[in-house]
Amino acid sequence: MLTEYTFWFLSFLAVFSAFAVILSRNPVHSVLYLILTFFSIAGHYFLLNAQFLAAVHIIVYAGAIMVLFLYVVMMLNLNQAEPQRTSAWAKFLGAGAAGILMLVMIAVIRKAEQGTPAGLPVNAGTVENLGITLYRDFLLPFELASVLFLGAMVGAVYLSKKEIT
Amino acid sequence: MDPILYTILLCVIVFGISLGAAAYMTWGERKLAAVLQDRVGPSRAGPFGLLQPIADGIKMIFKEEMIPTHSNRWLFVLGPCFFMLTACMTSVVIPWGSGLTINDTFYRMQVTDINIGLLYLLGVVSIGVYGIMIGGWASNNKYSLLGALRASSQMISYEVAMGLSLIALVMTTGTLQLGEIVRQQDGGFANVVYQPLGFLIFLICAFAETNRAPFDLPETESELVGGFHTEYSSMKLGFFLFAEYINMFISSAVMATLYFGGYNFPFQHELGLEGNALAIVQSLVFMLKISGFIFLFMWIRWTLPRFRYDQLMNLGWKILLPLALANIFITGLVMFFSGKLG
Repeated sequence: MLTEYTFWFLSFLAVFSAFAVILSRNPVHSVLYLILTFFSIAGHYFLLNAQFLAAVHIIVYAGAIMVLFLYVVMMLNLNQAEPQRTSAWAKFLGAGAAGILMLVMIAVIRKAEQGTPAGLPVNAGTVENLGITLYRDFLLPFELASVLFLGAMVGAVYLSKKEIT
Repeated sequence: MDPILYTILLCVIVFGISLGAAAYMTWGERKLAAVLQDRVGPSRAGPFGLLQPIADGIKMIFKEEMIPTHSNRWLFVLGPCFFMLTACMTSVVIPWGSGLTINDTFYRMQVTDINIGLLYLLGVVSIGVYGIMIGGWASNNKYSLLGALRASSQMISYEVAMGLSLIALVMTTGTLQLGEIVRQQDGGFANVVYQPLGFLIFLICAFAETNRAPFDLPETESELVGGFHTEYSSMKLGFFLFAEYINMFISSAVMATLYFGGYNFPFQHELGLEGNALAIVQSLVFMLKISGFIFLFMWIRWTLPRFRYDQLMNLGWKILLPLALANIFITGLVMFFSGKLG
């Protein structure tokens, strides 16, 4: 019962703050609403018993990436939203791309099965089970993803260093 | 007692203890500063100036409250509130004692022992900076903004090393549950014996995360007037200052829990104490350990000069981060060769 109420509250919060992100005039408000969105999604993870995912979601997205976002927005001092100057072509293409995305989403949601997936244990999202799954069944993809991240990090450092030396 | 009611009661008690301790830490800090600078310190309000925190609190509440005209009103108020909230949130996962048994009912002394306790801790620490950032930006003041920006980059930088130093600890203990980490240290050595380097890195990062000297660059009065809280007055300023003490109290508790055995103390089972008596003594010992760390925090503040900002960044990224990585590597090697790895 409580779970259901929490679910509805979190869903409402997530959708509301996601709309507020794109409707806010002030970029800093947008970023703050985005943080709120992340929090409500982390709450959903908790409801699904995926504690590790929820905690990491907060640490990485809300705690690190959004701080950097906020940092950049504050440092560039984008206080007033400048009037957007987009050409008619760009608007047309944007609407088309968004329409295609909506089609895909509708198709996915229509095909989605109702109810909880069978065969998935309740505590599938705890740290122990996640660790065992990642390091036993998906070791190679996991390591490949790590190497990819390492490459991205080295690339970022190289790009930022280039102009100084 | 009803479990939910007991949890709420425990929360209230833990928050009360944190707030009370933070209030008297302001007194302690002034007294200690006075000793180090050969002064008397607060001595007028009550015996030994013991009523000074109450006098300060009353003063803060009754001061005129000013909100700058061109500031963002909502966010200006939200900043200190959020900072206070995140400062208090961490206390719920800390085991304050082994628990009491009254009338055959077990009363635990930890609000919740979630099995991602350490991650919860890191999560709360990582969102703690928003209070400063929101407040500093909403003030619409250049100095406040600079202070907020400094705070954010400083916290991001030191979070990395802090998280990595904790990973080495997780490798040796094999759990993320704080209650379990403390129970493991019962009887054996404290974790600091196995993780001396990790503890040192964590300690330095804790100083940086709580914005304490020598890392108090977000509020350097010599360059930024008051840093992120320049425009704040009355109790909202009080919240910012007070939350710093709560943060200090909680991070002392975290360090005592993770690295110094929590409420355990040497030879605790040879004393002949049992059950509730032992639990009470354990809690007192835990408070003593926390006080020791708080003393260290204050001692360093009144001894060391402030870092320069580039020195701070270099220390975080070029010294602590590689050291933390090396620590993980060495821990892994030692565990591998001593056969602790399954």
